[in-house]
Amino acid sequence: MIPVEFDYLAPASVEEALAALGEHGDDAKILAGGQSLLPVLRMRLNAPEVVIDLGGIASLRGIRDDGDALVIGAMTTHHDVRDDSLVREHALLLSKAAAEVADSQIRHRGTFGGALAHADPAGDLGAPALALGAQFVIAGPGGTRTVEAADFFVDLFETAIGDDEILTEVRIPKHTGWGAHYEKFVRVAHQWPIVAVAATVRGSIDEARVGLTNMGSTPLRATATEQALAGASATEDGVRAAADLASDGTNPPSDLNGAADYRQHLARVLTGRAVLKAAGA
Amino acid sequence: MTKIELTVDGASVSDDVEPRMLLVQYLREKLGKTGTVIGCDTSNCGACTVHLDGTSVKSCNVLAVQTNGRTVTTIEGLADAAEGELHPVQESFRECHGLQCGFCTPGMIMQAVDLLAENPHPSEEEVRLGMEGNLCRCTGYHNIVKSVLHAAEQTSAGATS
Amino acid sequence: MTATQDRPAAEIGKDRRRKEDQRLITGRTRWTDNITLPGMLHLAMVRSPFAHATITSVDTEAAKASKNVVTVLSGKDFGEELGVCINAWPITPDQKTPGHSPMPADRVAFAGEIVAVVVARSAAAARDAAELVDVEYDELPAVVGIKKALEDEVLAHPDLGTNKSALWVFDSQDAGTGGEVEAAIEEARNGGIVIEREYRQQRLIPAFMEPRSVVVDPTGEQLTMWSATQIPHILRFALAATTGVPESKIRVIAPDVGGGFGGKLQATPEEWIAWAVARRLMKPVKYTETRSESLMAAHHGRDQVQTLTLAADKDGKVTALRVHLDADLGAYVAIVGGGVPVLGAFMFNAIYKFPAYRFECQTVLTNTTFTDAYRGAGRPEATYAIERLMDELAAEVGVDPLEIRERNWITHEEFPFTTVAGLEYDTGNYEAATAKAKESFGYDELRREQAERRERGDRVQLGIGVSTFTEMCGLAPSRVLGSLDYGAGGWENASVRMTPLGKVEVVTGASAHGQGHETAFSQIVADRLGVPFEDVEVLHGDTQVAPKGLDTYGSRSLVVGGEALVKAVDKVIDKAKVLAAHLLEANADDLEYSGGRFTVRGTDQGMGIQELSTATFAGHDYPDGMELSLDADATYDPVNFNYPHGTHLCAMEVDTETGAVKMRKYTCCDDIGTIINPLIVAGQVHGGLVQGIAQALWEEAVHDESGTLVSGSFVDYLLPTAADTISFDVVHTDEPSICTTNSLGTKGVGEAGTIASTPAVVNAVVDAVRHLGVNDIQMPCTPERVWRAIHAHDGDAPTPQAAMPHFEEGALNQDEGAGQ
Repeated sequence: MIPVEFDYLAPASVEEALAALGEHGDDAKILAGGQSLLPVLRMRLNAPEVVIDLGGIASLRGIRDDGDALVIGAMTTHHDVRDDSLVREHALLLSKAAAEVADSQIRHRGTFGGALAHADPAGDLGAPALALGAQFVIAGPGGTRTVEAADFFVDLFETAIGDDEILTEVRIPKHTGWGAHYEKFVRVAHQWPIVAVAATVRGSIDEARVGLTNMGSTPLRATATEQALAGASATEDGVRAAADLASDGTNPPSDLNGAADYRQHLARVLTGRAVLKAAGA
Repeated sequence: MTKIELTVDGASVSDDVEPRMLLVQYLREKLGKTGTVIGCDTSNCGACTVHLDGTSVKSCNVLAVQTNGRTVTTIEGLADAAEGELHPVQESFRECHGLQCGFCTPGMIMQAVDLLAENPHPSEEEVRLGMEGNLCRCTGYHNIVKSVLHAAEQTSAGATS
Repeated sequence: MTATQDRPAAEIGKDRRRKEDQRLITGRTRWTDNITLPGMLHLAMVRSPFAHATITSVDTEAAKASKNVVTVLSGKDFGEELGVCINAWPITPDQKTPGHSPMPADRVAFAGEIVAVVVARSAAAARDAAELVDVEYDELPAVVGIKKALEDEVLAHPDLGTNKSALWVFDSQDAGTGGEVEAAIEEARNGGIVIEREYRQQRLIPAFMEPRSVVVDPTGEQLTMWSATQIPHILRFALAATTGVPESKIRVIAPDVGGGFGGKLQATPEEWIAWAVARRLMKPVKYTETRSESLMAAHHGRDQVQTLTLAADKDGKVTALRVHLDADLGAYVAIVGGGVPVLGAFMFNAIYKFPAYRFECQTVLTNTTFTDAYRGAGRPEATYAIERLMDELAAEVGVDPLEIRERNWITHEEFPFTTVAGLEYDTGNYEAATAKAKESFGYDELRREQAERRERGDRVQLGIGVSTFTEMCGLAPSRVLGSLDYGAGGWENASVRMTPLGKVEVVTGASAHGQGHETAFSQIVADRLGVPFEDVEVLHGDTQVAPKGLDTYGSRSLVVGGEALVKAVDKVIDKAKVLAAHLLEANADDLEYSGGRFTVRGTDQGMGIQELSTATFAGHDYPDGMELSLDADATYDPVNFNYPHGTHLCAMEVDTETGAVKMRKYTCCDDIGTIINPLIVAGQVHGGLVQGIAQALWEEAVHDESGTLVSGSFVDYLLPTAADTISFDVVHTDEPSICTTNSLGTKGVGEAGTIASTPAVVNAVVDAVRHLGVNDIQMPCTPERVWRAIHAHDGDAPTPQAAMPHFEEGALNQDEGAGQ
């Protein structure tokens, strides 16, 4: 219940944070909302020498309209993402998924960027970010670069963010007017998803985007399903064949909550349900 | 050691703390605010819920140093108990027998206050979902849910009268 | 009582808000971990990561050199003063009981066992240094799982030569309480019905919300231990008996205790180590466990494999029940460890008139956390087995599950009834409880909906589960405990003290941890003594305040402790009457006592008990020969258990595509005799229900093959939340069956919900999908297990072992790995 000793830095700007990161390198851990990091530190599963808290950097917070995309600051909380009117209008899927992250108290502290950078395959935001084609803006010593969602998630708890870099904001291409649903399957409410499906559709159904949570070492996008859904009718029969493709190429874990084949079955069933709900059917 | 200054239950406090000290440990060990308790080590149980700048957080999941310059309210600052005052949610928990051993109760009450601030007229389902971050082993939640709904009724009755 | 009391009961039956709540809702609490003493040192435990290993060395040098560390001690640093963890209930004379040191020096027998303790100036420094203790182990093969243990190939304790601890048997023919089981089963095989099943009671973790904590203060003449325990009195006894400190030098305090559910009914290694360290250093010490430590090292519950044979005639009238239990004790025989399954021995026959019954329980040792009491302790396991079997029998006969129960239950005219297990049930009315529950539940309507959904082939099917339970509670008649070789009695003590200004201090040996004793006991005293509810103060949980008692468990506080209290109050009234007669200058025979006041019959002269208390304090005027005190104490040893019962009905929806289950409605009608406080009773029922439902649906402590606890945090050991549960429909019979063996007519309620609900839920889940070829699903009924059971036949869900029960063909009704 008590982390190991560490030094605490609270930079006031991204530049200061990058400088601190440059100085301490591997010995440092970035603290965003801390809702995943602090449990890890308390259980002594990780023991950084320095913790760099981004909480004091105001520029990392907030959501703005940037033409064809929304820009979400990395330190924006799940609570704020869920309730933001721009998000609801242009990226409804994110609002729905943010509402399903953990619980109310954790949504008040946990951050959008922090959760994505943590890259837990059972995290609720990776699949929707992937489905919406998010672009990750990463600041480093040499300036900023942008990484496409498909390249961002590398492996279990591993992203394209370098050791000397910080995720500053995420650009979400607008999906204005798209229906959305995040179908999360748990045994008890405070559990990480056993499987979840993030679906957003235009019309019923002209286009669809589908992301899968906890079906492999990273969030996955069900591209075969998406293709098969284009032009499908928003009925159980209409989406069944497409949903049946959702588990193709997945490699989910087997644990107390379900074996891999069961999770694949769930992914197919839940995809059908998520798509229909997204389509308002 | 890092120096922090903050407001806790209406009082200004200042201390030098180890950066690793959790807010809940700061409250209990440095300030003697033992009304806030620790029930788990994975942030599942919510027993340590307090308000940070007016919204509910799990105080095991916040470092004390992160609260520098901010305002914390615990179960002990919700109403002036020394003056015999109770917050309407505290009163409801007693009225509806929303507690047994009482260990989860401070966290439950703090979360319920936050829930009602955000949604003053919740349905039973909204209450149940809104309290999903707090575990109780005694009550089966039945009377906790009833307490929160009762508090909502009392508050709205008070507001309209 | 000698004085007549004709005033109608004002307090008993009233839904008083609890006295306890003011401090609990404002955070003015005294949990053990809140206690801070001058110079207090903090302990951190070093625990074995291995389930079974020889300790080859413990290097404490680096830890001792760590900042703010006072000392580091391992098992070899202690002698006999460390004491031992006791087993108070050897169930047979030849029980194999491994020695249980709080901190073994040579060998660990489960993962999480303590091998060293760090003492430091802060909890943080202690934890830091604990990481630096270098323990070397030689890993030994570990035995995990009941079936592996029974093979005796790998031994949990090699020196014992076997994993089998004890075999306990009850046979109705031998006891003279019934006929011969084997003959009845054979008869049923020819023309009758034989149901054979193997059910698994998975291992559970009590998971009280307050982690265990202990503070020991060795300064002062008495050594004081504060502990988050259910059993301060038993702790004091055990500390004295095992550590050589006289009882008179020991004070144990259970301050505010945050839940127990049996899980804090233990003499724990952590308490004994804190005791030894404080005595060694002569400084106050505190140890508070983390939740992970609690889940790993506080005792677990349940964990049985039940092999069951039910014989009946073709109409479903049961002719015999044969039960064989294999019960996992874990690494040690804990304080009541082996006795827990034996408590179930008398309950498998439940509310039914079975002519023949045989029960066997084989306890086994494994290299896992030791098991002991968890809410219900033996009785939930028994109730689950029989109520599941009765549903299977109903399905076999082709009648409604309530109908099959009615064909077998004891009718209300037949009480008192001596069961095939030899217990005498005093009162009960199963017909009334069932009728009331059915009505409130809307049974017929839900059955209609179920039929419609089946007919339509709905994706979501509806099932209705029945559980008509009884239990034996109010532990316990001391002579009965003696006959079962239990190491203590089952009496309870209470005393009543009248203060100079007329307040009433009630001291009880029961030790509450959420049950609301302060409120309920105040109600009893207010009525009986005729004083205001507010004037009664209930004191408990401190062996110096309440020196005699046997604490709180087994739904005993009200039915045993409450009766002791009644007797103490009556003594106070008797004593006061002598003084009243003297002061009123009346003949004692002419006095009436009512509403807290003695009056002289036929006059308006009178005197209140509180005035008499003040007069006793003054002592200015009292009769010769009267002891100048109104205070009294009483010890009550129950003459029988008591037998609450009830009918629980549960409707579950099962999503046949995913296997997800959802509770639709839950109605229970419990008959618990006289109700002191309906608010508190409802709370006990609600909480009990959810713990039982959680066994059916969510909770399971899982060890992997090496003996590591996989479900070692709240991330994996799944407690339900408000979002996973529903509001319950709790009703009672209009005319409760008053208990005839105590003055108040009460029966226990603390465990009823937990005992009844588990089979109701599983029966409902199975009922929802029985038409799809399912007749069992192992607990917890996870979506995956439900889905595999549904699709076991259609090839959609390949399962390594079919979910079909009849073990005649060698295929058990278990998932792979069951019984491990």
